[in-house]
Amino acid sequence: MLEVRNLHATVAGTEILKGINLSVKPGQVHAIMGPNGSGKSTLAAVLAGRDEYEVTEGTVSFNGQDLLDLEPEERAREGVFLAFQYPVEIPGVNNAYLLKAALNEIRKHRGESELDAMDFMAFVKERMSVLQIDQELMKRPVNEGFSGGEKKRNEIFQMAVLEPKLAIMDETDSGLDIDAMKIVSNGVNAMRSPQRSIVVVTHYQRLLNYIVPDFVHVLSGGRIVKSGGKELALELEAKGYGWIDGVAEPVGA
Amino acid sequence: MATSTDSIEELTNQDYKYGFVSDIDAEAIPVGLDEQIVRTISAKKNEPDWLLDWRLKAFRMWQTMTEPKWHNVSFPPIDFQDMIYYSAPKKKPELASLDELDPEIKETFDKLGIPLDEQKVMAGVAVDAVFDSVSVATTFKDKLAELGIIFCSFSEAVQEHPELVRKYLGSVVPASDNFYAALNSAVFSDGSFAYIPKGVKCPMELSTYFRINAAQTGQFERTLLVADEAASVSYLEGCTAPMRDENQLHAAVVELVALDDATIKYSTVQNWYPGDKDGKGGIYNFVTKRGTAFTNAKITWTQVETGSAITWKYPSCILQGDNSVGEFYSVAVTNNHQQADTGTKMLHLGKNTRSTIVSKGISAGMGQNTYRGSVRIGKNAKGARNFSQCDSLLIGDKCGAHTFPYLEVRNTSSQVEHEASTSKIGEDQIFYCRQRGLSTEDAVNMIVNGFCKEVFRELPMEFAVEAQKLLGVSLEGSVG
Repeated sequence: MLEVRNLHATVAGTEILKGINLSVKPGQVHAIMGPNGSGKSTLAAVLAGRDEYEVTEGTVSFNGQDLLDLEPEERAREGVFLAFQYPVEIPGVNNAYLLKAALNEIRKHRGESELDAMDFMAFVKERMSVLQIDQELMKRPVNEGFSGGEKKRNEIFQMAVLEPKLAIMDETDSGLDIDAMKIVSNGVNAMRSPQRSIVVVTHYQRLLNYIVPDFVHVLSGGRIVKSGGKELALELEAKGYGWIDGVAEPVGA
Repeated sequence: MATSTDSIEELTNQDYKYGFVSDIDAEAIPVGLDEQIVRTISAKKNEPDWLLDWRLKAFRMWQTMTEPKWHNVSFPPIDFQDMIYYSAPKKKPELASLDELDPEIKETFDKLGIPLDEQKVMAGVAVDAVFDSVSVATTFKDKLAELGIIFCSFSEAVQEHPELVRKYLGSVVPASDNFYAALNSAVFSDGSFAYIPKGVKCPMELSTYFRINAAQTGQFERTLLVADEAASVSYLEGCTAPMRDENQLHAAVVELVALDDATIKYSTVQNWYPGDKDGKGGIYNFVTKRGTAFTNAKITWTQVETGSAITWKYPSCILQGDNSVGEFYSVAVTNNHQQADTGTKMLHLGKNTRSTIVSKGISAGMGQNTYRGSVRIGKNAKGARNFSQCDSLLIGDKCGAHTFPYLEVRNTSSQVEHEASTSKIGEDQIFYCRQRGLSTEDAVNMIVNGFCKEVFRELPMEFAVEAQKLLGVSLEGSVG
């Protein structure tokens, strides 16, 4: 599904990613953990194709395609979805409108027919109930005036409608109370399938109690310094990131 | 990967699709302006003496006036002697039926998507088509006449309904109002006239399409709309022009009279040629639009201004009668080198008068967009209320947005609210949409349309769809 090799990326001339290697197979859930400033969000942004990040070295292949060669919208249409850490507000554009436009772009790309308003509403209603999304939310402008929890839930809802092959969740747990976190996690868990890969980027272990990963990677100083199974997250919770950094420093220096 | 700014430039480079010239035999008068020209225009139109006198008075006034300089737009001085003040298609515009219309003209309007065939006309819209200086066709006249509604060219109204024209002409915008209004009063060639009798609700949208075709010609049309007591009407106006390297002047006057309990909704989609992307050519659009609302009457101006090299217009309301209502909803787009200085004046004279102003300015390329609004609440306008909202959206980093609100309140029982915002289309917003699968162009269109939503929903349905498309075209190339 996703093969990241020796990925280096800079922002405004500063190197943030210093050689990431990551292999994600279909059906797997990977958690990327790490302290603030370790490059977690940069990795998510580079995979989604944000302009401000410049890839200076390395390759990313997605289902055999060179992902870095694609524009952000082409990546999205190929099935890469980024759940934003800070979902953007778009005043005056209602949620349903954006989502319908997005879904139809993706369907067109897949060679499927576009959905009209009726079919679209029928399709999303079913997804809404899974995530306990109020129908009113569809009529509201995209993320405008949404609470933190509503914004994150909206991201997961969009993901459920767009049915990506690879979902990258960028600190989806930040700013969520425990109830909202459960709803969001249930949504993500409902999306788990043998064909879909999920990369969960998070600072805290607690989200991983709800979304149980197959692999955990620790990112520090722009490199993955340790990888392991789900038990690695618990160890981190107990010992803190300092423990890893201590191990990692000599290797990375 | 392209930066956002590069793509902004790419997206703004879109051709003006109404830029063709029609090959029409036209009759024009000599270049320049003096009293004789005014007399010639009046004579060509076979006008009564009172109207010639009115024109001459305006002309003499104009000679003493100087061009306004307070606006926030800049352009080289206009040589008013280097312009043709009257041009008309040679075939006589008075037609027994629309079939007699010059096929070239008909084709022109067909190309513009304005069919003049009554069978083909969009359901429920009567059209008056003004080609250069003359009204060439008016549809559905007979059907409207059954209800006592008069909808015809201004020239025809002068001949057929002189009493109405004489009573209301200049009653809202006197010739002395401003430099361009005085000029228009002296040389106006044609335009539309509508009268809705007492208690009649006009069953269809009335509309005028203005087309400038001839070169070196100024267009000076005059529209007069009278809604008698408790009458109501919705009026649409659209405009296009060919692409020419030189600037052309368009100085129109629109007067609305809403008598007691009457309602007038006046919607404009202005798409005059804006000039090329280096700022060459384009229409100078200097327009005076104003309405007087008597007791319990309501006037709504909605405008979508996407064209013209320079737009200078302030559709305004004189809220004369108690409880009268004035509304102004505006979207103004400036792209490339376009400049707009537009807004409204709300003059509250009657008690409990209310006004609402919603202005959305969008600047892209090197465009400069100014909102200028004046809300004046008189001593006797007890309990008057105004709400103003001015939002500016910037696309790219070479354009500008300016806001000049003037508020003047002369009594203590009135309420005035003003809100203003300036935002930039965020790269974050565009990236968010792209990450969901939308192209940059679609993302910008969607964001801009969202920004303009409050104004678009005031437009009649067909016009709203048209306006959204037009906005997309105007901004194409502005982001990428």
